[in-house]
Amino acid sequence: MNQSVFNRWASETPKIRANIIKMIHQCASGHPGGSLSSVEIIYALFAKDGVMKHSPSKVNTFDRDRFILSKGHGVPALYAILHAVGYDITESELMTLRHLGSRLQGHPDRVRLPYIEASTGSLGQGASIAQGIAMSYKLDKNPHRVYALIGDGEMQEGQIWEVASSAVHHKLGNFTLILDYNKAQIDGTVKEVLNMDPPEKRWEAFGWNTLVINGHKYEEIVQALTTTHPEKPTMIIAHTIKGKGVSFMESNIVGWHGSAPNDEQCKQALQEIQQNQAIGL
Amino acid sequence: MGKTASRKAFGEALSELGDKYKNVVCLDADLSKSTMSILFKNKFPDRFFEMGIQEANMIGAATGMSFSGKIPFICSFAAFLTGRFDQIRISIAYANANVKLIGTHCGVGIGEDGYSQMGLEDLSIMRTLPNMVVLQPADAKETKEMVEWSINHVGPVYLRLTRQGLKDMNMDKFERPGIFPEVKKGQKVAFMACGGVLEYALEAAHNIAKEGKIDPAVFNANCLNPIDNAFMSMLANNFDEFIVFEDHTINGGTGGMIAEWMSENANRPKRVRRYGIRNIFGESGTPEDLYKFHGFTAPDIEKFAKKYLL
Repeated sequence: MNQSVFNRWASETPKIRANIIKMIHQCASGHPGGSLSSVEIIYALFAKDGVMKHSPSKVNTFDRDRFILSKGHGVPALYAILHAVGYDITESELMTLRHLGSRLQGHPDRVRLPYIEASTGSLGQGASIAQGIAMSYKLDKNPHRVYALIGDGEMQEGQIWEVASSAVHHKLGNFTLILDYNKAQIDGTVKEVLNMDPPEKRWEAFGWNTLVINGHKYEEIVQALTTTHPEKPTMIIAHTIKGKGVSFMESNIVGWHGSAPNDEQCKQALQEIQQNQAIGL
Repeated sequence: MGKTASRKAFGEALSELGDKYKNVVCLDADLSKSTMSILFKNKFPDRFFEMGIQEANMIGAATGMSFSGKIPFICSFAAFLTGRFDQIRISIAYANANVKLIGTHCGVGIGEDGYSQMGLEDLSIMRTLPNMVVLQPADAKETKEMVEWSINHVGPVYLRLTRQGLKDMNMDKFERPGIFPEVKKGQKVAFMACGGVLEYALEAAHNIAKEGKIDPAVFNANCLNPIDNAFMSMLANNFDEFIVFEDHTINGGTGGMIAEWMSENANRPKRVRRYGIRNIFGESGTPEDLYKFHGFTAPDIEKFAKKYLL
């Protein structure tokens, strides 16, 4: 993968961010902060020339890599990216997010939307489900990989530490967990609510192949996603900015965990995202 | 005749069926010697996963395996498994994951270990979930039938099993959930019983019938979800009184399901008496002493029913 691919992805990213803002604005609810913080991580997996081997035509097969969004509240980012890379979700369907009858539930629902790997939203569970897919792939000698994204607030869940022990014990070298380390949750910063620092030392201590990166730099993300260990699962600690791309969200990361922008704020956010694109940010 | 614990029948059935159904895998949380999943482990070590004492992670991992073409059986005590209700609710039931949940050591019939190990609320919890088939076999043959049925059913199934031995009740067939096998014919009064209590309810019904005044029918109430409305209507058309016997809390379990259905749907008012663990916790004791204490022996049931039905 070369710089021109990263440049192309960077030019495609603002459209994804704009869709996230529009989706959350139109239903007046949702989680913009943690959706915007995870855009580059998820896009590096799904984008054309991205890390994951996948295709809309292979959804019903196991001949593909898998991605589980364990931090289910960040699902607007996943919907916007699935749309961007050619899964059957139109832009007008994106704007049905959280509407009665929509396939795009407020948190992922794999029964309604088959491109979703796991129904998540109760934190901690997606990581276990991803572990199970990795166990199954290992049993079948299926060479594909399993990726899952967790949040740093989610890391407070006991179930995450069950996975932290278990995936190492089962020698799941085919499993990569990514931490969207955006440092805020509903009731405050993660440090205030229940400090989980330093994550890299915790995961290393549990025996994971642990990497620390900037979660908004495509080059670093791809480098980490392709750095694996034959027997150890990999944990990528991705430092991110909650609300990335929208200044008033970046400066109030706790406040924008789970609030939707009003008309004025939506307009400003979309302007900023467009400007950032123009100046190549 | 010797008795067989339904957990043992489960272990034997799964290890027998493992040859025929190659996608079956089994997970346990450090209780394989008690849930009897060890029988599958010994025969298919590659398809058995020891998950350690991590029930929540076991539920999630099994869900992931089901999303990769496997048919996972996850085994623990009913109390510990259904205690992870959030994981069962979201990971399995909401996603209609093809996971089979094996909850053993149900009821006060487990004996000496006491309340913390007794599955006493599991049926009530599990039957609240759409998609979740909730089954309780009454003998070894029915257990084996239900295990194979579960493998062939696409979707989650909860199977409630005993630690103690169960008498052979001739439950040779299990064709579909929602139809309760008739164990004894009768009139006006129906005893609905399940699991370890069925044997004693049947004995009591026979003794009562001998006296010539009341002739209770007895049904094996082996399924709480799905509910077969046609079958329940048949019950409502044929009987006026129901007494529901279960080694489980009376709140929301088998008695709860039948009482709810009858009060909403019966063509004329029915009386449904729930008979089980009445708003108290379990405690230690021999299984025999506990069955006496909670009134599950045949003489206890006979005495109660005669007085109640007068």
